[in-house]
Amino acid sequence: MSARRPAAWHVATVVDSRPETPSARRIELDVPTWPGNDAGSHLDVRLTAPDGYQATRSYSIASAGESTHVILAVDELPGGEVSPFLVHDLQPGDKLELHGPLGAYFVWTPPEEGSPRPVQLIAGGSGVVPLYAMADAHARAADATEFRLLYSVRTPDDVFFREELAALAAGSPALWLDYVYTRRAPDGWATAPGRVTRDLLDAATLPAASRPLVYVCGPTPFVEAVAGWLIDAGHEPGAVRTERFGGS
Amino acid sequence: MTKLDGNVLAGRLADVLGWDATAADARCAHCHAHGAIAVAVVYTTAMGTVARCSHCDGVLATFVEGDHGRVWFGMPGISALEMTH
Repeated sequence: MSARRPAAWHVATVVDSRPETPSARRIELDVPTWPGNDAGSHLDVRLTAPDGYQATRSYSIASAGESTHVILAVDELPGGEVSPFLVHDLQPGDKLELHGPLGAYFVWTPPEEGSPRPVQLIAGGSGVVPLYAMADAHARAADATEFRLLYSVRTPDDVFFREELAALAAGSPALWLDYVYTRRAPDGWATAPGRVTRDLLDAATLPAASRPLVYVCGPTPFVEAVAGWLIDAGHEPGAVRTERFGGS
Repeated sequence: MTKLDGNVLAGRLADVLGWDATAADARCAHCHAHGAIAVAVVYTTAMGTVARCSHCDGVLATFVEGDHGRVWFGMPGISALEMTH
């Protein structure tokens, strides 16, 4: 992976920036030197102040494949050093320094041979971004592997890629999509808002017996709780891949 | 202090090693457990970054930020690193 798409520093131009949720923006970049990226990988954004002070933060990439068009979805962490700038100040035409593509571990590529393993994606909040990239890559490849996404999100307004996920769920090969609303559910939703629990995880994810590859991405406490329950439920530790983030 | 994992080290390791080592297997010099760099426990502060073993909490690697973009990289707790990439 690393040899196929070596990480390098690039200069990106912002081509579009629009609200994704009340606290996040979808930022589309043109990166002429970008070598493409696997689904699930990330990049580092480096900002340099006039006095030379630099701040670097990692962001998951929502797009995948050979394109030089790179899509991010950045949630603002109030008080952060980088995300408030990306969410509030970045304008089309602005330039950004990027390092990538990065991450040889938390990536999914369509199986080339052998019997494919089903895939269970589990997202907490904006942790859905790399998992959306995987689900989109799976659909684009017309890969028949069973894909399922459990997406824990505060309210319906906070869902990233809502329309795109609905289209993936309605398409073929289908993405089986389950939402868990932690603070406010849509009108008429069958269950009261609440966090993902061990029982809910058992009910709404592929069982360990089907030997899925599992990708979990979200805030650190979410990822640690979910990964622990998955291992307790009999999933192979090596088949549960995790990515924690702390924002900023 | 923010608690993350070894995935976040991909960019720094690419700078240091010339390749993305996050999927590479590393052996802890303290407890001899091994696993992908990506599963290490990583703490970040304004001063820098420390990666700790997810089994014994021993320090695997440190990145300390200096002025003008200078960075000190230490790998006191990795006794072996897979080089198959």
